[in-house]
Amino acid sequence: MDRDVPQVRHPEGACLEGAAAPIPRSFEDFAVGMRIDLGTWRISAEEIIEFAREFDPQPMHLDPVAGAASLLGGLAASGWHSCCILTRMVDDCFLRNSSVQAGAGINRTRWRRPVLAGDTLDGQTEILHTRVSRTRPELGLVTMIHRLFNQRKELAVEFDGLTMFTRRAGSL
Amino acid sequence: MSTELRFNFGRTVELGSHQFMADEIIAFATKYDPLPFHVDDAAAAKSILGGLCASGWHTCVWWMRLNLAYRQVQEARQESMPGSFPKYGPSPGFRDLRFIRPVYAGDTISYRKTNVCLAPHSHRPGWHVLQMLAEASNESGVKVMEFKPSVLLQLDR
Repeated sequence: MDRDVPQVRHPEGACLEGAAAPIPRSFEDFAVGMRIDLGTWRISAEEIIEFAREFDPQPMHLDPVAGAASLLGGLAASGWHSCCILTRMVDDCFLRNSSVQAGAGINRTRWRRPVLAGDTLDGQTEILHTRVSRTRPELGLVTMIHRLFNQRKELAVEFDGLTMFTRRAGSL
Repeated sequence: MSTELRFNFGRTVELGSHQFMADEIIAFATKYDPLPFHVDDAAAAKSILGGLCASGWHTCVWWMRLNLAYRQVQEARQESMPGSFPKYGPSPGFRDLRFIRPVYAGDTISYRKTNVCLAPHSHRPGWHVLQMLAEASNESGVKVMEFKPSVLLQLDR
């Protein structure tokens, strides 16, 4: 189950820009405009091919020669794979230790540039909007956009969606 | 073969189904979405979802897998038909993904696709963008997920 991909993760408690800021854990901790640095993921040819074999077996995700001949210009990760990696980075950085209850959906996912084997990806989350649920006031809804940048600082992948968190006791 | 005939705009096709077993849900989520309600039975039972359920990405990638399998069958059929068949390229993304109901361990999810429209790509000569609707339902016929994917393709080669 463990991936054999080398990774640099920011230590627990240090993944927010601005050292003094704590990791957001419940709805009240999220503020519009907050940016959260998710750390770095180096993507290997092996993991690109492994994911594509199972879920997206198209030539540009399986074969370096076919990838080079495609619009993507090299062995490229499935867009679904890049979203899964970004989700793992979000979970590891702050979501798995938060009061998250569920994801409601994604407004838009954009695969802006190819993610190629050997790329070093930096992840970032930005908080776009927060509000208390109208129908379930014990829940808060946070709209976030998650982004992956490659080693040339180019935006490669982004998706924005609504995530539900419980509110702190006493905040009702 | 005309473009209209080939893409059958507005007609929904069944792509197939997949049963999401607990061990598979946990294995996928351990790799890509290790939140408590995707990896831990007891934690999931206490969450608002009420039981172990699949990562939304897990539900989505099975649409992709079944969509590609369907495409391969169609391409094999079309090889014997007059006219060229489209060459598919990468996808620019998707819109309006809604997780309507949780996909619980043991659920069998049926997937569908509808081709919506086709338009020339804004700045890639020779390429078109196909807009689709992707849907998934559980065995009770309740829709659990939908999104609007798109893909680049070349028509005449």
